[in-house]
Amino acid sequence: MKEMNELSRTDREILNVLQADFPLTSQPYRDIAEKMNLDEEEVIARIRVMKNSGLIRRIGGIMDARSLGFYSTLCACKVPEERIDAVAGIINRQKGVTHNYIRDHEFNLWFTLTAPTKDEAMQILQSLQSDAGIEVISMPAKQVYKIKVSFEMSDPDAL
Amino acid sequence: MPYDSTDREIMRFLQGDIPLESRPYQSLAEKIELSEEEILLRLKKLREKGLLRRMGAVLRHRQAGFAVNAMVAWKLENEEEADQAGKIMAGYKEISHCYIREVPPDFDYSVFSMIHVKNEEHLAEIIEEISLQTGIRKYIIIRSSRELKKESMQYF
Repeated sequence: MKEMNELSRTDREILNVLQADFPLTSQPYRDIAEKMNLDEEEVIARIRVMKNSGLIRRIGGIMDARSLGFYSTLCACKVPEERIDAVAGIINRQKGVTHNYIRDHEFNLWFTLTAPTKDEAMQILQSLQSDAGIEVISMPAKQVYKIKVSFEMSDPDAL
Repeated sequence: MPYDSTDREIMRFLQGDIPLESRPYQSLAEKIELSEEEILLRLKKLREKGLLRRMGAVLRHRQAGFAVNAMVAWKLENEEEADQAGKIMAGYKEISHCYIREVPPDFDYSVFSMIHVKNEEHLAEIIEEISLQTGIRKYIIIRSSRELKKESMQYF
């Protein structure tokens, strides 16, 4: 597994551009390469290495659930230790569940659910509760102050 | 609906991993019989409208050097503190997400922040600083011990 501290300055720069400044052009990697004085082939090859190592999860679009009219909510439940895997299995099978974590709290299982409408989300939660035999609390956002999942990579000391 | 069926096709393509090749939109263009120029134009419009929040790479935090990824939930003394607290937290580069959430009476920590840092010392520093700045003294760090699922939403 390739960790950040093994990455070259060039790779870090590529990661920054890929996250914050991906060109909306027909040949984005050529344009990135041009800015950095590299070959397009080299940029693509470096990105391939970082994808294969797992550092880059994917390259694509990050859509905004709210703007698309979708409803999303953070859910939590209290699951007895011995039932965690069974309950998690049921929750993870549900379409629209994108994150699911065991957390160190009385509410020990936390997941996110996104659905086309609030009604659909509530129905899904109802059936998850009855299928898994658990009680789920739903905590939708009232106000969003920040959603930004990109990481500044250029400063090696910051890591 | 702020998008049509062609936009939907484009977003179906974007929500996955686009091909790592010189012309990543070429295969989509052929499939939906639209020029690459038209696709790019629509992409820009989707971004202007906010449907497409960002285009580019999604990294795995831990591998990117952010070893500590903590959810911190804060308890407001009164609702009027909420807005200022949200704005202060949003200003931190270490905070990726900040929301005020509707919460049930048995869990009254309504301000949620996701903090990503290199180490525990830095996490403690940031929490202390935020607590001082916002005046919110009650908070809980809800650490994850196991990731059971993490994927991008498949909208279409």
